[in-house]
This record gives sequence, structure tokens and C-alpha cells, in this order.
Amino acid sequence: MLAILNPIMRVVEIILAPIQRGFGLKGMAWAFLAPNLLLFGLFAFLPVILNVSYAMTGGDNVLLADRPDVGFRNFATLTDCGSYLDPNTCREDKFWRAVWNTAWFVTLQVGFMVGFALMTALILNREIRARGFFRSVFFFPVLLSPVVVALIWKWILQREGVLNALLDWAGPGGINWLVEADWAFGWSVFISVWANMGFYTLILLAGLQAIPRDVYEAAIMDRASAWRVFSRITMPLLSPTMLVVLVLALIRGVQTFDEVYAFTGGGPGTATTFIIQYIYEEGFAGAPRLFGLAAAASLMVAIVLVMLTLVQLWVNRRNVDG
Amino acid sequence: MQKRFASTALATTLAAAITAPAMAQEIRFMCYSDGNECEVYEDVLSRFEAANDGVDVVVDVVPFQAIGENLPVQLAAGTGPDLAKVVDLGGLNEYYLDLTPYIDTAYWDESFGETLNWYRAGDRQGYYGMHSQLTITGPFVNATLFEQAGVDLPGEGATWDDWAAAAVAVAEATDADFPMAIDRSGHRVAGPAVSYGAALNGPDGPTLSDEGFAAFVEQFVAWHEDGTIARDVWAGQGGSSYQDAAAEFINGEIVFYYSGSWQVGRMDEQVGDFFDWRVVGSPCGPAGPCSGMPGGAGIVGFEQTEHPEVVAALIDFLAQEDIYAEVTARTRNLPAHLGVAGAGVEFEGASEAAQAALNGFAGALPAVDPAAFWYQGYPGNRAMFGITVERVSQAIVGELSVSEAVARMEEDLAAAMAESQ
Amino acid sequence: MADISDGGLRGVWGFLTATRGKGRLHWTDWVSYGYLTLGIFLMFGPVVWLVLSSFKTQNELDRFPPRFLPYEQQTVDVTGFEEPLVLFTVSEASESEVAGEIVAQTRRGAGRAEVVRPDDPETRIRLPAEDLAPIESVAFATNNYAELFERFNFLRFFWNSTFITVTATLLMLLVNSMAAFALSKYEFRGRTVVLLLVIGTLMIPQTVVLVPLFLIVTELGMFNSLWGVIIPGAATPTGVFLLRQYMITIPDEILDAARMDKASEWKIFWRIIVPLSAPAIAVLAILAIMWRWNDFLWPLIVLTRTENFTLQLALNSFQGELQTDWTSLLAMTVLTLLPIAMVFMFLQKYIATGIASTGGK
Repeated sequence: MLAILNPIMRVVEIILAPIQRGFGLKGMAWAFLAPNLLLFGLFAFLPVILNVSYAMTGGDNVLLADRPDVGFRNFATLTDCGSYLDPNTCREDKFWRAVWNTAWFVTLQVGFMVGFALMTALILNREIRARGFFRSVFFFPVLLSPVVVALIWKWILQREGVLNALLDWAGPGGINWLVEADWAFGWSVFISVWANMGFYTLILLAGLQAIPRDVYEAAIMDRASAWRVFSRITMPLLSPTMLVVLVLALIRGVQTFDEVYAFTGGGPGTATTFIIQYIYEEGFAGAPRLFGLAAAASLMVAIVLVMLTLVQLWVNRRNVDG
Repeated sequence: MQKRFASTALATTLAAAITAPAMAQEIRFMCYSDGNECEVYEDVLSRFEAANDGVDVVVDVVPFQAIGENLPVQLAAGTGPDLAKVVDLGGLNEYYLDLTPYIDTAYWDESFGETLNWYRAGDRQGYYGMHSQLTITGPFVNATLFEQAGVDLPGEGATWDDWAAAAVAVAEATDADFPMAIDRSGHRVAGPAVSYGAALNGPDGPTLSDEGFAAFVEQFVAWHEDGTIARDVWAGQGGSSYQDAAAEFINGEIVFYYSGSWQVGRMDEQVGDFFDWRVVGSPCGPAGPCSGMPGGAGIVGFEQTEHPEVVAALIDFLAQEDIYAEVTARTRNLPAHLGVAGAGVEFEGASEAAQAALNGFAGALPAVDPAAFWYQGYPGNRAMFGITVERVSQAIVGELSVSEAVARMEEDLAAAMAESQ
Repeated sequence: MADISDGGLRGVWGFLTATRGKGRLHWTDWVSYGYLTLGIFLMFGPVVWLVLSSFKTQNELDRFPPRFLPYEQQTVDVTGFEEPLVLFTVSEASESEVAGEIVAQTRRGAGRAEVVRPDDPETRIRLPAEDLAPIESVAFATNNYAELFERFNFLRFFWNSTFITVTATLLMLLVNSMAAFALSKYEFRGRTVVLLLVIGTLMIPQTVVLVPLFLIVTELGMFNSLWGVIIPGAATPTGVFLLRQYMITIPDEILDAARMDKASEWKIFWRIIVPLSAPAIAVLAILAIMWRWNDFLWPLIVLTRTENFTLQLALNSFQGELQTDWTSLLAMTVLTLLPIAMVFMFLQKYIATGIASTGGK
């Protein structure tokens, strides 16, 4: 493969040479950024900007030109609440139910997922046999499409599914998992941890393997306890990787949609309706399609996410400095 | 190797780009299947191609989601297909091709009658769609369970209360798990709601909160609470997603299952001789009517097409009595074509039980209340279906009380009507 | 996987006795292996269930309670009957003359069945249906798969999916690693702004901007073209973020040394940064392949013509409004899963070596 790629790279080098000569390193920086910025501009920023325009318009027309300007009315509709803690007092009660469900969900999901991913990564980092095999085992569910994940677990958990058959056989008897709100919620957390944990395990494992051996050897010389080694060496050295994991897990946790939507449809009632499902149903799947309301909701979520991420980055910076 | 990969790919894409426009009159038909419809259309349309030189009809079989969610966006952007099989009959009216100049309107009036109205909206009152599969909601009952329990099947004119009492008695006497189940869909509960007195099209416009509708919701929720209706179906899902209970009925767990004519094929194949199943007319309500709810899908052309005359000819071809009868028999759907319905259809490969069931459903059509017909033809009905499912589900799982749910339905409907004009 | 096959039998023993270093099994080793074994069950079990289910008939799929293996009722050809008849065992407690025998059922209705002995088709015997127990054997309904190939241009969909996945992944890796390099190794005005924009777009999932994105892609003439799926897919912020975080850890001294030797910036990127970032790039490659391969919502709106369909779209076309063809859908799901599982097994070895070679630095 290199035989083919090398000449191509040589050509790129020749094309880029004048830029480096003319504009120096700063010019090269922009040259490296340019293709990405072009794609980003068109397919990531522009849609977001259009989304802002949608948020300021009403009606159910698709094309912006046909949509009447309504200013901040969509935002006002979403935030029209007697008490934000009780969705029943809100005009868009579904939005606030989704917000609170998502908050709970993310807290549990990120906590469990990062916890288990770290534990799994630590175990896989030990000198164990068949490490490659076990790594594949834990990563495997990540390969499944969200719909398949949902389908498999739905079968296992349905009233007369595999799990209840096992429970009946073992004695305690089955539970109608997906009809009880709390169970359905718990299982949603479970399947999303199940489906995504492997990805974070892999990133953490890469981070663990990058920690130099000699640091550990020195600690063993000093007869440091296992916990001390973990809290004083492993965790601090792992913290840049941990930051990536936490930021991504949090953002993707808030954006959880496909697997839970296919799993419970957001039910029972609205027990597992999360914010992206609300946006999807209001703006796309439902009738009439309220693009404006959906866009406004998505912007509010994005703002909250940006703030959470900044807090994470800030905390991390303090930890690293201190 | 990578490079060869890319260059072949490029070559094929280029080839596709060059040959596509060169083809004379390529017609794109976006189709979704609930069984074998698209296959049958493809086969029948090859005859249309043979009769019309240079016309190439391509049937693109897509997931239903593509029709329900994406097609309207594509039409708005001007990138829709030439024709499609749709279910949001009135809602997409603004994009429909008016077939009037191309067809024999007298034949269409005589053949399709009332269903033509379902495709009309506002001041667009032309001929737009051919209703290709008519459905009607109604109950399936497990007659074997009734026999085991020694309970007589409630007869003609039995009410919802009679059926509920009978089903509960049967479930208690046998090992059936649930007396009743109803599909999770706003369309499915519309018939029963009308029977309970819901006007749907009230004096002040569409409503989901009049006394009749509220009475139905109250009874419906009460049946969920006392275990008369299987909770799994309505409480096991969220949002406005669809859920049926066919698997449970097939396993003999449900005594009385309210679904519709499209399930006949599946029951026929899967129940086999496991038990006797039967289709009975929709039960009557306290308000009088014993109404089911009509529905189904139809084929429409779009104004954006470059070949309106071909598209119209194609739809007209499918609307001819012999073709329509053949498609109906092969797809085992109820005919909306009055001529075909009048002559009776010998459904292909259907057992005696299935034939009887389909005839039973067809026979229930006259009992459909005008309110239900209006509802099926109302362009905003999808919004109303969605609102019903969401809010009634919330009442069933206890997130809202019945009166709160009814109040929310009223608000939701008002908001939806305000936004969509 | 590789480790097990490499080790062979010795590996199995070694696996059981492996320790943290040398000597006897520490209790933490027991805990570790216990955890990993539980992991196999939990992570693989459901997938095995999926594969087995794809070999079941629709009746078997709808059956309560479900059974682990696919079964099929045995049938027999009896003279005088066109169709094969299904076989039953009559219970010993039955009051009929055939108690305890094997019979073929000819008809059933309202709780009573009519049966014949397979060797005596003339004598019809009537008995209560509950006396009959079906005779079943394990049978894989390979027909589920065979039908797919008959009905569909499977290779075409496979090619479309592969083309989209490969092209989009290569494009994404190149463009994202270039951007990550610029954002991690250069000081320039506007860097923070660009970085914030990248992180900012992470916050808006594609599901939310489906409609604006669709309108843009249509304006650019990429509707119903595979490029309409490939190019927007290459602009994921996750990749830039992930790679940048990794590249920051590469020491600047290496770059400075190369610059001393008059290497061009492109050469530094291509010859130093990319090889050193191999583990991160491999992780991203797996992610990108997976995303594009499993992508559904976006291709569904951009591609409407059968000849452009991906496997995921074809798979979902078994979903009607009211009915879903589960047997075909499951078989298709398994077929769709196979290639990506193979790609992963290949790439995971590569990650292992990548990590090992940079791990010691």
C-alpha cells in the first residue's frame, strides 16, 4: 500500500511547498486545517446556523423561505412553566419530562459506564492470558447497530422472554420489565452501558498502556500499597485520557437516542423519553412537524452541553496544575 | 488494491450518472410493503411497460419510515419520486398530481366513490389517489378458548361491555393470559371512541376532548387498570410508536384482539390449526354505533414528475377493474374498488378461515359511522392519532389522570392546528 | 481470538494458571478471570441469541416462551394427502385407541383433532387436541437466508455499503488527522476559536440537524448519490477531538529535530505524526467504519433509489407500516454484521501492536 501512497504524498508535498515558503508555519497550519474546515463549514456549522433560523420561525413548512418569523416565541413556549421541577405545570410538559429523564439517565449512565470501563480496562491491562480475545469480547457490542442492540434486549426482556423464562425456572418468577417504568428506565441505562462500554474501555486501555512501566517498578520498590499506586500513579497519569472519556461520554449520553428509542419507544408513558427523542418526534417524526420548536430545544441542549464541557475542561486544568 | 477499489467505484458512479438521463421516461415508484404488495406491483407493472414503449418503471422498495418521515421533506425540497404508495392521504395533498385531465373521471367516481375524498384537501378537489388497499379495524376472537370455557360468543349487536365481560369470563376459565388487547395506535381506538359517542368533527372543528371521547378514554384506562386489557401493548411503548399484539394472540394468550383486516394473512399462516380464530363485527358502544375505522394506503402521483401523462396512465392502469382485482387477490387486501368488491374476491392461497375473515371485515364496512369516515379523510388526522396515543398512554401508566390527559389532548390539538395554519 | 489459537492446548492450561507475574494465582487473578468470564456471557450471549434466532421460522420467533435452538415440527408424507402431515405423539393417558402412538394430524378444529396412523391413512381417529404433543427436532431455517439472495440484489447493496464505508473512512481519517495535527502542534491566532467550534459542533447530533443538512446536500446536487452520504459523514468533530488529544502527547522535540533536518511540514505530518498516532487512528478507523456501516437515518433520507441502497436500508425495507418481516430482517442483520466483525478482528490486532510499540515511550 505504501508503494502507491508514497508518490501521492510526494505530489502533495510539492504542492504544499510554496505555501510553507510563502506563509511559514502559520500558513501550513491553515493549510492543514483547510479541508476539514471546508467540510465542517458546509456540513456541520451551516446546518447549525440554519437551525438557529429554524428556531426563530414557526409553522410546519420545510423550506425556510415559507416559514413565518416568530422571534423567540419557540423558546418562550419551551420555558413556559409553573415550576421547572414539575413537568405537569409546563406548557411543553413533554420537553421537561425529557429534560429530567435525560439528567437522571446521564448521571447514572456516565457513572456506571466510566466505572465499569475503567475496571475492565484495569483488568485487561493485567498480565492475563487471551487479552486480545477478551478485549474483542468487551468491544464486540459496540459493533452492533443501535437498532439491533435494542431488538436483542427487547426479546430477552419481553414478558415471556428469555430472562423471565430463566427466573421462572429458578424460582422467583418473572417481572414485566418493560411495562414497569422504573425497570424500563433501569434497563435503558443497562443496555446503553452494555452497548457503549467497549469503546471507552478501549480508549482507557490505550491510556493505561502508555504509562511507562518504570514508574510502577519504582513504586513496587517502595512497597507502596496497591491502592496508593492506583490513586497516586495510575489515576493522575491517566487523567488526559480520562478527560476525553468523560467529555465524550457525557456528550453522547445526553445525545442517547437510537438504541433506547428502538428499545422502549420512550415508554412506558414518557419514562424513557430523552431529549433527542423529544426533538426527533416534534421536528421530524410527528405530525405536524414543528421544526421551530425542535430547533429551539436542540439549541438549549447544546448550550447546556457547552457549559458542562467547559466546566469539565476547567476542573481538569485545575487538577493538572495542582 | 485500495486504488483499484476507488477507480472501479468511480467508474460505476460515472456510468450510472451518464446512463440515467439517457433512459427515456424512467418512472420511479416509491413503495413500501406490509406483505408482498411491492413485488406484485412490480410484476403487474411489467405488463404496463410492455404496452408502453420506452417507459421504464422502477419500483423502489423502501422502509415505511422513508414514506412516513422523509418523503414529505423530499417533496418540499423538490426531490420526490414520480409516484408513491402513501398513507398520509390528505396530508400530502399539496404535492399530488391532479389526474383529472388524464382519466375517465366517471369510471373513477363509480369505482372508488368515497375513498377519492380521502385524498382531497381544502380547495384541491380533483382526482389524486387510487386507494390500493382498504383496511378496516375489527376484533379477532379465539373461538377455541370460548368453547373450552363454555362461554357463548356474544352475538350481533353485542356491546363493548358484553364482550369485555365475556372475555374476562373466558380468560378466568382457561389459561389465557389476557381477556383483551388493542393495538397501540390512535387509528385503532378511533372506532371504539366513535361507538362511545366521540364526534371527532365537533361543532367547533376537530376535537379529541368531547364528552364521548372522554367517556371512552375513561373506560379504556379503567380496563387497563382492572386487567381486562393487556397492559403490555399500550404501556410497553412510548411516544406515538405503533405496537400490535399479534404474537400474543397467535400464542393463544388473548381471548379478544382488536386489530384489523391486514392481520388476516398473518393469522392464517401462523395460527394454523393451533386454535379456531374468527373475525366478528366491531362491538357497539353506549352511544349506538358499532363502528370500526376504515383506513389503508393508496397510490398517488406527484406534480414534480417530468412525465405526468405516463404517471397518470400508470395509476389509471392499476385502477382498471381486472388489474385491481388481480392485485387484490394476490396481496390479500380488501378492495376499495366498488366494482371489484361487488363481484367478490377469491383471495389467492387463503384458507377457508381467512376467506371468511376477509369477507367478515368487508361485511363490517356498512357499519362504519360517518364520523369514522370523516376522520380517515381529514388531512390532520395523523396529528390527532399521535396525540391520542401519547396522552392516553400517559393516563394508562399513571403519569396523568384521565381528566388531565383529556385536557392535554385538547391543548395539543389546538397547538397543532395553530401551527399547521 | 488470536491469542487463544496461538496458544492451543497449552494456552488453555496457561490461561487457567496465568498470574500477575510468576508463581501462584493471587486472589485478584481469580476475581479478574471471574469478571472476564461473566463478560463473555453478558457481551456474547445476546449476540449468539441473535444469530440462532435468525435461523428460526416466523412461528418459532413468535413462540412464548422462546427456546434457545430453532426447532421444526416433523412431518411425514402420507398416501392420499397432497401436503405432508405433521407428526404428534399421543399421550399415554389418552382415552383414544392410539394412546402412546405416533400419529399424523389431518385436521384440527375447536379443540379436537383428527389423526391417522402414518401406515393406515384410511382410518380417521378423532381425539381431544390436548392429548397430542408435537414431535420436533432442531432444524435451521436456512431458507431465511436463501430467500434474501433470491429477492434482492444483495451484492449491489453490499458494494454500496462497502464503497461508502471505505471512502468515507479514508477521507475522514486524512482530513481529521490533518486538522488534529494543526490544532495540536502549531501555535497560531484563531486556534482556540477553531477548537471551540469543533467541540461546539460535537454538541449537536446529526439527528437534530437532519432537515437543514438535507437541504444543503440537495443544493449541492448530492441527493441520491453515494457521495451525499460519504462527504457529510467525513465531517465528524469526534475524530478531530480524539486525535488531537492523542497528538498532544507526542513530544515536540521529535518535530524540532526533523525540522533541523529540513524536513517539510507535510513530511513531518506524514512520516512522523501519522505513524506515531497509529493506535488512535486505528481506534478512529474502527469507529468510522462502524458508524458508516451502521448508518441508517441519514442514508434513508438521501438515498431513495434501490440501486443506491445500503445494506441497512435494504434491511429495514422489511419494515412495513403494520407488519414486519422478522425472519428476513434477522437474517439480513446477521449478514450485515459479519463483515464488520471480520474487519474488527483484523484491526484489533493492529491496535494491540500499535499500543505495544508506542506504549513504552
